[in-house]
Amino acid sequence: MRDPETTELQGLPPRLPQWLARAVAPLPLAPLQPALALMLARISRAYPELYDRLGEHAEKRFGIDPTDLPFAFVLEPKPGRPVVRAVRELPEGLDASIRGPLAGLIGMAEGTFDGDALFFSRVLWVEGDVAAALALRNAIDDARIDFDNILLGGFAPLATRLSDALRKRVRSLPALPGGRAWN
Amino acid sequence: MELICPAGTPASLEAAVEAGADAIYCGFRDETNARNFPGLNFSREELRKGIAFAHRHGVKVLVAINTFARAGSFELWQAAVDDAAAAGADALILADLATLDYASRRHPDQRLHVSVQAGAANPDAIRFYVEAFGARRVVLPRVLNVMEIATIVRESDCETEVFVFGGLCVMEEGRCSLSSYATGKSPNMNGVCSPASDVAYTERDGRISSTLGGFTINSFGKNELAGYPTLCKGRFATPKGSGYIFEEPVSLDAAVMLPALRDAGVTALKIEGRQRGRAYIAEVVRSFRDILSGLDKGQTASSAGLAAMAEGQTGTVGAYRKSWR
Ligand code: SF4
Repeated sequence: MRDPETTELQGLPPRLPQWLARAVAPLPLAPLQPALALMLARISRAYPELYDRLGEHAEKRFGIDPTDLPFAFVLEPKPGRPVVRAVRELPEGLDASIRGPLAGLIGMAEGTFDGDALFFSRVLWVEGDVAAALALRNAIDDARIDFDNILLGGFAPLATRLSDALRKRVRSLPALPGGRAWN
Repeated sequence: MELICPAGTPASLEAAVEAGADAIYCGFRDETNARNFPGLNFSREELRKGIAFAHRHGVKVLVAINTFARAGSFELWQAAVDDAAAAGADALILADLATLDYASRRHPDQRLHVSVQAGAANPDAIRFYVEAFGARRVVLPRVLNVMEIATIVRESDCETEVFVFGGLCVMEEGRCSLSSYATGKSPNMNGVCSPASDVAYTERDGRISSTLGGFTINSFGKNELAGYPTLCKGRFATPKGSGYIFEEPVSLDAAVMLPALRDAGVTALKIEGRQRGRAYIAEVVRSFRDILSGLDKGQTASSAGLAAMAEGQTGTVGAYRKSWR
């Protein structure tokens, strides 16, 4: 019963070019580890209300898979002792996994993309415990994490300039087929 | 016409205020509200702060306590009513007769709205809510066309609020058992249709299948657009073929109907989506604020231009133009 007055358009995040995925593929993941751990520790200290929203799901193991990069992350938000690991492939036995292009995942975390809209357009997909994935998504959306500050700590003005430059770079990448440019 | 906007979190409430809402509706983090999703909704403290923030910006907050009270647990609904009133809610949105009765006796000065969940779809039903509980506004079910709405407005001593954008519930609200059948949890009592805890997605050969309570309800090819995993938007095999038989993945977009709804005498326009992220809230509210400003200058919009936010990336005017009953 589709209405004759229907309208159809899209707004999709861009996918990173394949050359970039190929270029970073041989790099070792170990050097990423300390930076990731520091970032997660900062987030869990600066945004304790995240845990109220996560509730029972804070103890679960999440897979975050940027589908346009040759690696993924395993996240355990556990209050007081959060853990994040970069992995080549998501292991078996995770509670929930969220998959999508890096720009979509970052945009959702920053609040520039709506998770449901990305789901409707098949850009983003969830496997496993859907309730846990939703709780994580909603907790992050509410927290309004200032990634500029989290990423580069005290160097906030420099961080803002750097991340603006990065965002511009990402926006200039081609959008997914059928989609328009990010923002 | 007032613009009534959803908020599932304090961040969304602030986004809606900043985007130009006249009023925000939200609910507590429990089964008393019909968007009882994981990680969503307000604690008592968050509601108090949210109301204070909205009031500082001249925006009202309406608190939805719009599920049907479970026998033996009525104190949960009573506490929600008392706490929302104490927090300074501008109105309570209620559906259950017992909850309406409690609120009207215990808080006689509190403004009460009849939730869409009550399914009050004719002047007689609305008159009952007005006479029995002093209801000041009714949120109309998404099953009426504009002429029916105009009749209701004419014959009712009560403000009316109608949905103009967002997810559609194709049954007359408050009267669907599809999700209850599949999951054992009722949308109208537990506050969530197709609970996330009962939904699963599996991928096989590039196709993604969605299941609810173990029943496969849909399957999407690689580039096929998706909708919410509700049974009403499932694909069914019938003797006449397979496909969507209740509703396709599609969202309401009644932007084109705003002049007709204004002429029908509607008081307030409601945006669905307390379960959505703040990106949705900001974009949809801003778009409808612009359309309403244009309407004041005599301009009309053919659509809200928000298909990217819609299920199946597709909009429909739903029942507003239907000629059947
Ligand atoms: S299954 Fe569909 S019609 Fe029934 S309550 Fe859920 S959304 Fe509404």
